[in-house]
Amino acid sequence: MSMIATPKENAQLLEKSAVLGRSLWDDALARLMKNKAAVISMYVLGALVILALFGPLVWVHKYDEIFDDMVLVGPSLKNMFIFGGDPQGRDLFIRLLYGLRVSLAVGIVATFVSLTIGVLWGATAGYIGGKVDQIMMRIVDILYALPFIFFVIILMVVFGRNIILIFVAIGAVEWLTMARIVRGQTLSLRKKEFIEAAQAAGLSTFQIITRHIVPNLLGPVVVYVTLTIPAVILTESFLSFLGLGVQEPLTSLGNLISNGAREMEIAPWLLFFPAITMMITLFCLNFIGDGLRDAIDPKDR
Amino acid sequence: MLSFALKRLLVAIPTMFIIIAMAFFLMRLAPGSPFDSERAMSPEIRQLVMQHYGLDKPLTVQFFEYLKGLFVFDLGPSLIYKNQNVSDIIGNGFPVSITIGLLALSLAIFIGVPLGLIAALNQNKIQDYSVMAVAMAGICIPTFVTGPLLALFFGVKLGWLPTAGLDLGEMTFETLLLPVVTLALPQIAIISRLVRSSTIEVLSSNFIRTARAKGLPDSIVLVKHALRASLLPLVSYLGPACAGLITGSVVIENVFQLPGIGRNFVTSALQRDYPVVMAVVILYASLIIILNLIADIIYGMLDPKVTYE
Repeated sequence: MSMIATPKENAQLLEKSAVLGRSLWDDALARLMKNKAAVISMYVLGALVILALFGPLVWVHKYDEIFDDMVLVGPSLKNMFIFGGDPQGRDLFIRLLYGLRVSLAVGIVATFVSLTIGVLWGATAGYIGGKVDQIMMRIVDILYALPFIFFVIILMVVFGRNIILIFVAIGAVEWLTMARIVRGQTLSLRKKEFIEAAQAAGLSTFQIITRHIVPNLLGPVVVYVTLTIPAVILTESFLSFLGLGVQEPLTSLGNLISNGAREMEIAPWLLFFPAITMMITLFCLNFIGDGLRDAIDPKDR
Repeated sequence: MLSFALKRLLVAIPTMFIIIAMAFFLMRLAPGSPFDSERAMSPEIRQLVMQHYGLDKPLTVQFFEYLKGLFVFDLGPSLIYKNQNVSDIIGNGFPVSITIGLLALSLAIFIGVPLGLIAALNQNKIQDYSVMAVAMAGICIPTFVTGPLLALFFGVKLGWLPTAGLDLGEMTFETLLLPVVTLALPQIAIISRLVRSSTIEVLSSNFIRTARAKGLPDSIVLVKHALRASLLPLVSYLGPACAGLITGSVVIENVFQLPGIGRNFVTSALQRDYPVVMAVVILYASLIIILNLIADIIYGMLDPKVTYE
């Protein structure tokens, strides 16, 4: 074989090194996989999600089914009430699964709402800059000063306790920090060459924001999203705890905890199981979020 | 700096206006009225009652009348509790809420800061891991879980402390202990994490290396050089902390049945007691704005890099 590589060999070499090379994301993934707490959390959370999704399909009771002889009966194998019965004689286990479903759904949908608003707002402000940026971020500052939880409470009272509204209201509250993070990132991105290239190619501002800016914001946004989900779940539970969340016979973790707290002196399991479930869920989400942050943004370690 | 403070106060005025307007019109758009829950009134009486409170006028007129009242600190009458002014209701509830809030904030700072420092000074050692584990628990477990659990354990099982009941007596150490601790727990967690990460960052910066190179002992490096810089993020966290405490106090007052304004707020919103709801929102919004302003000013005094243009 001659010392000088033919173009074909060159191409093969390139291909090989491309396979061997590790992208930023591979690196981040490898770091994440080394984080034991995050990996265990992913398994536990995965199990909880599967349980919440498919458990109700196979479990022996329905969430609103009433057993007159199971009122406030502790956890027992009688009638398969493994987590006991509530004051109406319903199976706590199946209600817990439904509560988990609602809480996770709120977490995902409301986070998505906050993500959409926050990313678009922040990217627009950061990219356009100048007066527009000033005004848009001033609005964010003003909104930051609002006692938002009170507005959510007013909203819930005003428009009735509609689950869609819960999603939107919480999402609309949580987008501010996202907008700030995204704006900061965009400010540093917009001076980069590839943005200049896109401008030279004649793309519209909207196209540049959606196609070139937003995809490059992925890292910090992913991290913040994983930390927003537990925050949103907490907010929903907070509303449910005050009796302003989802309504009976449907339930959420916050509802179950609030009902459990009422009966805790005679039926402690009604508080114990929902509280533990909620804690495990939040622990997992926070560990995954922390792990992701360390993996994607290693300078913080 | 004075001009900075004035400028910020000027910005606060439109902010307050927006808050007042949002709260006012949102409440009024709501279906239902404060007089729904009572025995059915005849239309004539209802008309008279509405007229008495000025609720029959157009909304914008009501809004400006409300604003006019605000300027002379007239918050109007309660629509539900007869013979009570909103000022009385707030005046009764606010001392309870503010006492609990301030105590919880002090507790959070006095416990959270040392915890964060211990963790930072022993980075990646057992002390660090245990503090961070506790902090994670504090962040993950919401107050409406810790509250009932603490009440169950210390109140019901051990019988050491009353589970509820400022309603019955005065504010004493025993009645305040559980609510304050519960309210402080998440803030302790957040503050200790904040202090830990900022201390680690400061300790690895150049001016600390210089101080060490001069031969200063560790304790002086920490107290005289590092501490000021590492506590800066804590100052800017005071605003959000206050908002967090206010949110928490709504839960705490419900769990422990304390007669604060957080509990009033939810019941008033449900009963459409407009003036009470408005007053609570305005009070809390101004609290948050003022605290943010104070935090910014303190921040500027501590951080030589900040200039008020």
